[in-house]
Amino acid sequence: MPIQILMPALSPTMTEGKLTQWLKAEGDAVASGDVIAEIETDKATMEIEAVEEGTLGRILVAEGTENVPVNTPIAILLEEGEDASALDAVAVPAPAASASAGAAAPAEPQAKPLSAPAIVSAPPAAAIDDVDEARFFADTKTQTVRDALRDAMAEEMRRDEVVFVMGEEVAEYQGAYKVTQGLLQEFGDRRVIDTPITEHGFAGLGVGAAFGDLKPVIEFMTFNFAMQAMDQIINSAAKTLYMSGGQMGCPIVFRGPNGAASRVGAQHSQDYTSWYAHCPGLKVVAPWSAADAKGLLKSAIRDPNPVIVLENEVLYGQSFEVPTDPDFTVPIGKAKIVRTGADVTITAFSIMVGKALEAAEALAAEGIEAEVIDLRSIRPLDRATIVASVKKTNRIVSVEEGWPTCGMGSEIAALVMEQAFDYLDAPVIRVAGEDVPMPYAANLEKLALPQVATIVAAVKSVCYRG
Amino acid sequence: MAKPASKAATRRPAARKGGKSVRSGKIVAASRDALLKYYGDMLLIRRFEEKAGQMYGMGLIGGFCHLYIGQEAVVVGMQAAINEASTVVTSYRDHGHMLATGMEARGVMAELTGRIGGYSRGKGGSMHMFSREKNFFGGHGIVAAQVPIGTGLAFAHKYKGENAVCLTYLGDGAANQGQVYESFNMAALWKLPCIYVIENNKYAMGTSVNRGAAGGSLAQRGAAYGIPGVEVDGMDVLAVKAAGEKAVAHASAGKGPYILEMKTYRYRGHSMSDPAKYRTKDEVNRMRQEHDPIDNLRARLAEAGVSDDELKGMDRDIRSVVTEAADFAQSSPEPDPGELYTDILVEA
Repeated sequence: MPIQILMPALSPTMTEGKLTQWLKAEGDAVASGDVIAEIETDKATMEIEAVEEGTLGRILVAEGTENVPVNTPIAILLEEGEDASALDAVAVPAPAASASAGAAAPAEPQAKPLSAPAIVSAPPAAAIDDVDEARFFADTKTQTVRDALRDAMAEEMRRDEVVFVMGEEVAEYQGAYKVTQGLLQEFGDRRVIDTPITEHGFAGLGVGAAFGDLKPVIEFMTFNFAMQAMDQIINSAAKTLYMSGGQMGCPIVFRGPNGAASRVGAQHSQDYTSWYAHCPGLKVVAPWSAADAKGLLKSAIRDPNPVIVLENEVLYGQSFEVPTDPDFTVPIGKAKIVRTGADVTITAFSIMVGKALEAAEALAAEGIEAEVIDLRSIRPLDRATIVASVKKTNRIVSVEEGWPTCGMGSEIAALVMEQAFDYLDAPVIRVAGEDVPMPYAANLEKLALPQVATIVAAVKSVCYRG
Repeated sequence: MAKPASKAATRRPAARKGGKSVRSGKIVAASRDALLKYYGDMLLIRRFEEKAGQMYGMGLIGGFCHLYIGQEAVVVGMQAAINEASTVVTSYRDHGHMLATGMEARGVMAELTGRIGGYSRGKGGSMHMFSREKNFFGGHGIVAAQVPIGTGLAFAHKYKGENAVCLTYLGDGAANQGQVYESFNMAALWKLPCIYVIENNKYAMGTSVNRGAAGGSLAQRGAAYGIPGVEVDGMDVLAVKAAGEKAVAHASAGKGPYILEMKTYRYRGHSMSDPAKYRTKDEVNRMRQEHDPIDNLRARLAEAGVSDDELKGMDRDIRSVVTEAADFAQSSPEPDPGELYTDILVEA
């Protein structure tokens, strides 16, 4: 049966092309891989190679023809043993009616629904059951955030042999910020591994180890250095489950201090929360208290997905009450109301929760009762808790250390506009870091970061109190 | 999860070598059956890729499509050198690797057409396919990102005490990425059982290796880390297998990583839309005529007394596998719109 040679598409965008030249004539023998013609595409002049062997029986589109649509039959190839008489058996349909052109039609972009979300709405975020966290607080001990994080890792390493910790200075040095203190002594150098200074490399190695059914806890000395590893975190860890149709999950934790420390300049002081919050396929948490640091890190290690745990260097030394029960965990995706109030909602996360609470005390002295929500989880964000609080208080101020543009405050403002517009008595105010690289000078650094007074002023503004 | 329907292809790896055998590196005469198997495996890749190119031309395959034609001996030879527990990871020119690990042609082709029967349910495409069952870990679209990942798979083999290696494939272009050297350093420090297979097909997209890589031999790129490396005739499946067995023996003995620079050649452009103006037709034709891995093995098979009829029969069988794959890839439905929102996170 003679074979039709069709006008090929040679680029993702080509719909038609010019047949510039035939390099084989009718009657010529053609082997698989031989160049038979040249065509001009929207990008370049390209060669068409024969796929099958045979004899070029008939040329259907003369050289020099322009605007030949993709999939138009351009020639007929005779197979071994066939002669020209077989050509007559081939009905060459008009290009528009060509069977192969018809087969290709579904690939036309126009055939796709223009607004997929209108047809299939995204499933609602899974309702997270209220976990009775309070019962764990019946028995607590006072602990720093640093020690709580260390205990979380140690407990999970005891529980699961495939959990290991890797990063710069996590073993012999006992952690650049002493978060991994004692882990090498308990678990040995097979499971507590000092890496060279090689963020991109060890982040990727961790991803491979997670694909290989281990559970890596990868420490970045600070998240400022994780920009070197961003490709592996987003392209490899976050996207592979989707790209594999659900086959290849990546159970990995990336953790370390995020945001400004003190007087370390612009390259060591950035808050990456909204960067990671942007990306589907990741979970992101940013705890404030030691209890949440422990409970969320344990949940992160047990989670089958890549989880970014954003810690804070300034908080490492602060002490909180932490439940002693080794089964204590904090569900990812659940915010915590750390102060109730009826007049205004303040959202914060990480170090800003402490500032928000201080501001709330100051405001109480002036007769304004603020409800402070510690977001804890950034992705998924506990939208329900935020919206419910705004419906009660009718006012909201978001607080974050990071830059304002496309920050968490922008997201929260959009959320409240979408889901609680009619409940708002004042526009949302975003309190954020100043839109500048972090300065070194002490006075300038203080000006660049949100302070208690900034939060107080913003709250008074949404309450229309001078 | 729905898997690509499991109609057996012609090729179930019949006799993979264990990882332990130590060879001198001299090419040992392979049995007639082994030769036939390598021939069939290479021919399947060739025919599959020709069909993929044809279907791309018909608009049935979208986006980027990087064909492996010319390089078949590399994956077939290396696959013959590893054991069942070993893992494989590569970049975006990955169809050949998938077929060599035993993934089914129809599942791969249906992924190329973006259908639900594809290995990634139509959500990955040419560059992003995986098979846990066949220990194939992708299929990665960012040049060299697979190198630390493969190093991590080797780390996992060692951590779990498995008798296995990870074959980490990369191209001559990827060999210039920084993360490759970060990986070499860690693999050498920790003696990870990782074999870096550099497929030097002479062109990183359109930049010849001479214009893109300083210092000559890519096999020596691990020298600073003490990683042994050898250049291999990547157009000769038996030479590849022999070198692969030597590397596997080294890595399996706890001596750490190994680099194999496969001297190979791709006949087609970098991707389908590559006009390939950076090399001459003569160069391409000379490689095809004088160094084709399939033609070369066919000559050896003739010497071993395999008849033309037997080879033609094999060719027919392979063509029918590829035709069936192409039919499946066109008849399998597009993913349901609901698939848009699945597989983003693993539900705990």
